[in-house]
Amino acid sequence: MEKKASRPAIYGLMAEFDTPGELVKAAASARADGYRKMDAYTPYPVEGLAEALHFRATQVPLITLLGGMIGCLGGYGMQYWVAAVDYPVNVGGRPLNSWPAFIPVTFELTILGAALAAVLGMLALNGLPMPYHPVFHVPRFALASRDRFFLCIEAKDPKFDRQATAQFLKSLTPREITEVSH
Amino acid sequence: MAVEPQGESKRSPVTGPGYTFASVTEKISSIVLTRPTTRGWYIGFAVSFAFTLLLFFAIGYLLTVGVGVWGINIPVGWGFAIVNFVWWIGIGHAGTLISAILLLLNQKWRTSINRFAEAMTLFAVACAGLFPLLHLGRPWFFYWLFPYPSTMGVWPQFRSPLVWDVFAVATYFTVSLLFWFVGLIPDLATLRDRAQTRAKRITYGMLAMGWRGSAMHWHRYEIAYLLLAGLATPLVVSVHSVVSLDFAVAIIPGWHSTIFPPYFVAGAIYSGFAMVLTLAIPLRAVYHLEDFITMRHLENMAKIMLATGLIVAYGYLMELFMAWYSGNTYEGFTAWNRIVGPYGPAYWALILCNVIAPQALWSKRVRTNVPVLFVLALVVNLGMWLERFVIVVTSLHRDYLPSSWGMYSPTVWDWAVFAGSIGLFVALLFLFIRFLPMISIFEMRELVSKTEGRSAD
Repeated sequence: MEKKASRPAIYGLMAEFDTPGELVKAAASARADGYRKMDAYTPYPVEGLAEALHFRATQVPLITLLGGMIGCLGGYGMQYWVAAVDYPVNVGGRPLNSWPAFIPVTFELTILGAALAAVLGMLALNGLPMPYHPVFHVPRFALASRDRFFLCIEAKDPKFDRQATAQFLKSLTPREITEVSH
Repeated sequence: MAVEPQGESKRSPVTGPGYTFASVTEKISSIVLTRPTTRGWYIGFAVSFAFTLLLFFAIGYLLTVGVGVWGINIPVGWGFAIVNFVWWIGIGHAGTLISAILLLLNQKWRTSINRFAEAMTLFAVACAGLFPLLHLGRPWFFYWLFPYPSTMGVWPQFRSPLVWDVFAVATYFTVSLLFWFVGLIPDLATLRDRAQTRAKRITYGMLAMGWRGSAMHWHRYEIAYLLLAGLATPLVVSVHSVVSLDFAVAIIPGWHSTIFPPYFVAGAIYSGFAMVLTLAIPLRAVYHLEDFITMRHLENMAKIMLATGLIVAYGYLMELFMAWYSGNTYEGFTAWNRIVGPYGPAYWALILCNVIAPQALWSKRVRTNVPVLFVLALVVNLGMWLERFVIVVTSLHRDYLPSSWGMYSPTVWDWAVFAGSIGLFVALLFLFIRFLPMISIFEMRELVSKTEGRSAD
């Protein structure tokens, strides 16, 4: 409730750039100027942008590893339980826990678990699917999936000030600056 | 971006000159969004859909009457269904190879062919998956293949390669679908932003799941994509290895051989690249994509075809050598029976298609001659189908006991299901090129930024 009361009037200020180089420089200077709550929007993954914004290493690899381990242990465990405990079938006197024969399925389930975890983990960390987001209010934002590069400083940043931040963004010589409503 | 090696600049480029972020976006997305559906598309889709209906009809007849409508019997119990299964799943392998392995090897030329190669994989695996299910006899009980706590209290036999196959193919299809869809998300967002009608905006918007190109999202996205590529690489090798174990674990002469897994994987990649060329050549001509799918792409694919074809040829040679060297009467007979027995013509045709004809690819003039390359790709597709036919049928029809020898000949329903599966594959591809971007737009932008990078800075 308290959070809602202190909700800023707008979502943030967005600057539009023509080239990825300008955007990376702008992101680095905004960071240097003390802004923290911001994000950049680009039509393809721009090298050096995540570093300029100081995004830390993500948890995706860890989630993938966990998914793979669940697939691996779950896969082997399932086969062991089925073949040695619940439904033991003696095939030519071979041991019930005939592990070499269980490797292919264990391997496939490891890959399956890891791949599902990588994709679902990536989507979940990104907060997708997200049908609504304030940045889509900016009409020119459609170009973020074409050939323009955007930097948005969010109003929830402690340093954010409608005039001062706009002034700061102007100093980065963007093509255009837009206020993003909620 | 590091300076490219000296040799790189001399090679023909991976994209035509003068493209910008906007122009690649326009050119690829317009095929889906603004270009009117051509008469050629309607005709092509109608023909392939007619074959799809033939498939449905043949399946309907099969379900009503039983697998006896096919030519299979004892001793040849596997027939077309397994031939087609192995053929289709092999074709799928090139898509994963292009999208995953070439990504890990940082081969930039893959960018303009990976999307439709992945779609090809997906549709080929879907066609492949049909056959073992139909071959079950009672396909409506297909779920018995999966381990679930059934009221009968029985479980699948995990020591059987046929059960490994279920897991390999199901995992392969799922991971291929994930890979393809993850690659599509940013492009779906592009289509959403460029769509002119509300219906398109909503449809593509739902599929894009609110993708907005945030730097943080891209960061995670790239890591996840790379991890998927790393996971798909061993997977693709495992899938055809497991398929080959369906044969190699059996004690039938001609099947019981340790060379099968690598030889099957090479064959899969071989047939897959032949199919990618078969699809890429008409696509680039019809949609004028010569700037994106350049001669260099075609030539590289031809080279991979030649290389994998040689591995396959080595496999054939070793099969014969081991049949002789093992001193095993049955192995020796099976090899001899393949060459001069009643199915000898199929063997010689496969040698002609898979070993002799592709040697023309040593010549650069052949590799850069598009119609000839197209014909060679078709020849290899045929050859790889014949290879699976020879493996399945000749080993089974004359094994240990001469009293149980027999012949196999496909019936009209075998042919109907086979032709129908090709129809389904082509129809799905027609839908794909009409409704989704057949070249990855965001990766093309990345490619443009890297090739134009030095002049822009």
